[in-house]
Amino acid sequence: MTTDPTTGSGTSEIVLRLTDVVKTFPGVRALDGVQLEVRAGEVHCLLGQNGAGKSTLIKVLSGAHRPDSGRVEWLGQPVAFANPQAAMRAGIATIYQELDLVEDLSVAENAFLGHEPRRLGFVRRGQIARRTRDILGRLGHPEIPPGRAVRKLPAAGKQIVSMARALSHDARLIIMDEPSAVLAHDEVGNLFRIIRELTAQGIAVIYISHRMEEIREIGDRVTVLKDGRTTAANLPARTTPTRDLVSRMTGRSIEYVFPDRPAAPAESTELLRVDGLGRDGEFADVSLSVRAGEIVGIAGLVGSGRSELLETIFGARRAHTGTVRIAGRALRPGSVGAAVRAGLGMAPEERKSQALLLGEPIYRNVTLATFSRYARLGFTRAGREVAEADRIAGTLELRPRDVHRPVRTLSGGNQQKVVVGRWLLGDTRLLLLDEPTRGVDVGARAELYQVIRALAARGVGVLLVSSEVPEVLGLADRVLVMREGHVVREAPAGELDEDTVLDLVMAGSLMEGVPA
Amino acid sequence: MSATPTADAPRPTADLPDPAPPAGPTGHGAVAHGATRAGRLSWWRGDAGEGARRNLGLIGVLVVLIVIGIATRPDLYGDSRWVWENVLTILKLASVVGVVTVGMTFVIIGGGIDLSVGAIVALAGVWATTLATQSFGAGGMIFTALTVGLAVGLVNGVLISYGRLVPFIATLAMLVAARGLAAEISDKQTQVSNNTTINDIAAAKLLGIPLLVYILAIVVAAGWVLLNRTTFGRRTVAVGGNPEAARLAGINVKRHTVLLYALSGLCCGIAAIMLTAQATSAQAAMANLYELDAIAAAIIGGTLLSGGRGTIVGSLLGVIIFSTITNLFAINGLSTEAQNMVKGGIIVAAVLIQQFQFGSLTRFLGRNRPTAAKV
Repeated sequence: MTTDPTTGSGTSEIVLRLTDVVKTFPGVRALDGVQLEVRAGEVHCLLGQNGAGKSTLIKVLSGAHRPDSGRVEWLGQPVAFANPQAAMRAGIATIYQELDLVEDLSVAENAFLGHEPRRLGFVRRGQIARRTRDILGRLGHPEIPPGRAVRKLPAAGKQIVSMARALSHDARLIIMDEPSAVLAHDEVGNLFRIIRELTAQGIAVIYISHRMEEIREIGDRVTVLKDGRTTAANLPARTTPTRDLVSRMTGRSIEYVFPDRPAAPAESTELLRVDGLGRDGEFADVSLSVRAGEIVGIAGLVGSGRSELLETIFGARRAHTGTVRIAGRALRPGSVGAAVRAGLGMAPEERKSQALLLGEPIYRNVTLATFSRYARLGFTRAGREVAEADRIAGTLELRPRDVHRPVRTLSGGNQQKVVVGRWLLGDTRLLLLDEPTRGVDVGARAELYQVIRALAARGVGVLLVSSEVPEVLGLADRVLVMREGHVVREAPAGELDEDTVLDLVMAGSLMEGVPA
Repeated sequence: MSATPTADAPRPTADLPDPAPPAGPTGHGAVAHGATRAGRLSWWRGDAGEGARRNLGLIGVLVVLIVIGIATRPDLYGDSRWVWENVLTILKLASVVGVVTVGMTFVIIGGGIDLSVGAIVALAGVWATTLATQSFGAGGMIFTALTVGLAVGLVNGVLISYGRLVPFIATLAMLVAARGLAAEISDKQTQVSNNTTINDIAAAKLLGIPLLVYILAIVVAAGWVLLNRTTFGRRTVAVGGNPEAARLAGINVKRHTVLLYALSGLCCGIAAIMLTAQATSAQAAMANLYELDAIAAAIIGGTLLSGGRGTIVGSLLGVIIFSTITNLFAINGLSTEAQNMVKGGIIVAAVLIQQFQFGSLTRFLGRNRPTAAKV
């Protein structure tokens, strides 16, 4: 069980082959020539930074998206899945990170959801239960009762139900999107045991994870994606040096244009001091500070606790431990209103769902945090708001500049300018930016970087979170690296390079554990 | 759809390919077209334009209803004095539900729903007409009705905001409870109002127009100002349109939600006085199913049931359309059953039209724009 199960995968049949697959969305070329080859019975690891195109690739494979061009061959035949059901019927099952189970249905009902064996329109419950029991046995979990409601299972159990669903379809390829992210580390061993049993039965697995150790342990071959392209295919998972893998993930084709960093930020007042901040299960014992005019970057993956940290500083989540001080005064925990009054502003991670009123005009979105300040006796002053918003639109070079237009009609980059611009209106002293350039095209990115640097030059402190390491390194004065809820490194940006940071971000040994 | 570019379009020659970024043909091109498309359509999609356009449609429906009235009863419509009286009848009919609908519109725009409005009207009416309350005179009765309405609304709001109950459930429970309390207070009897000042509210006229219509006009005007010109209104749209964005912009979403239900309750208190005056009495069963009339009127008026969008004028037109239909059936001597069927049909039609306008039509335009640009 501890030895290599299938070193000789080179001889088995190729089940899936992708050639030059391209998928574009308005403004983004999400996949730009992907090659991928998966053999029966192997664990094929997919590696890439956030935004490299992994999610889009999964969606193409699972039938949720159709590629614009390129070839997808499944079991030797060119295919184009019309929808996820078609891919499922063909034998490709996907286990998403957020498991798509119906919590209140039983294990068996979930396993056979959508393709229940039936007779005369009645579901054959006995048969479902029996077949589910068989499948659970195959997965090494005969102890899970098929009749138990999924809600009552722990995360690991739910994952097994997802796999049971895949097997109920007689899947020949199972795509697992960061399956270990929801598991405690002793459960990961169990997951690996199941994966080995699956591959021994000839089932291929595409395994996505940011944790290098897992790839080493379970993977057979690795394909690396970067900026929607395959930069390396079919590397041996156990023997390829980490450095090689990391450099294939980073070597940039898109040049980031960062504004010049001012020589050495003069000693300035400390704006933000965070001491021992923690939230159970999210992050623990985080201490940091931001001075006026300083840009502090936090590098970390999704799930490292970085967004949660930002929201907790902003009062959108209540800290379980620790304190937040703004210019020396303790901030009332769990109150966004108090944070805004103290001069904090935040551009949250999910622009559309957390920051914008999409149908409302631009100016009302820009003044969302400040309209009451312009109001007189409770009456809003639209003229003043439009003028202020237009001024901001000018500063940020918003395009188009017509502030009466609904914000929904703007491109991603310009929507982000609206969100950032919102905090330029008040007396914001500290700006928290969570993934400010996600979904923003290259040109608009450079503009946003300029804006952020210009803000800092005006004395605003900036705390920036990004999963794109070059962005953090290029923009920030000082960098904190977060992994699994802890700050693992803090250094001036000049002392770090991309590989080092990526190593720190990903090294993530499971043995270090998650905050209790 | 093939409209000429308007003055505020960023580029008058919008049909030419975007010259700025020499990017991929689909990538940047699509974005550029998206932007110009919005510029072109802004004459009806602007924040004021959209509501106004929809309200024109509602006025069109009203015109159709009146034409049907003229066609079916030309004898009555020939008499201009009758026509004027009939208009006042329709407005008077609309007045009580109209006041309730203004409050309901705020609640729905704010992302909620208030099923308890009819019950609040009944409770406020009954409470205001107990012998004890009546002994304080007209002022005491009005104060009681308004206070009861406001208080019940506050309870709704607190349950929903801080008790985290789903609005549907909280106000459904309040519907049952408030009617129960009203029956308890009134001992299931009809309580006659002996206060002539109150009773005169329904009969009084000013410049030939019933006082009730003035009350409706004042509430509608106040509601319009509150929604469109105050921070309260702006918060309402923000809280209903995207509660998370509102919260992260520092708006106290919970407190505002409480205030919305309190406002709805207050409107019910006003309506209770109006209804009591009309009937010169109050009872636990009064204002039956007003919640449905108010919700239907708001929906027909273009208020989005999921929150974030709606207009007071639209809601008012919705109410007036309903009372015009009632009136149309009355003058033709037709049954209320047939009337209800037509009303149901109109609600469905209104929602279908909404869906068409905001789903199919935009998608339809979106699909066709690039093709049109190539031609």
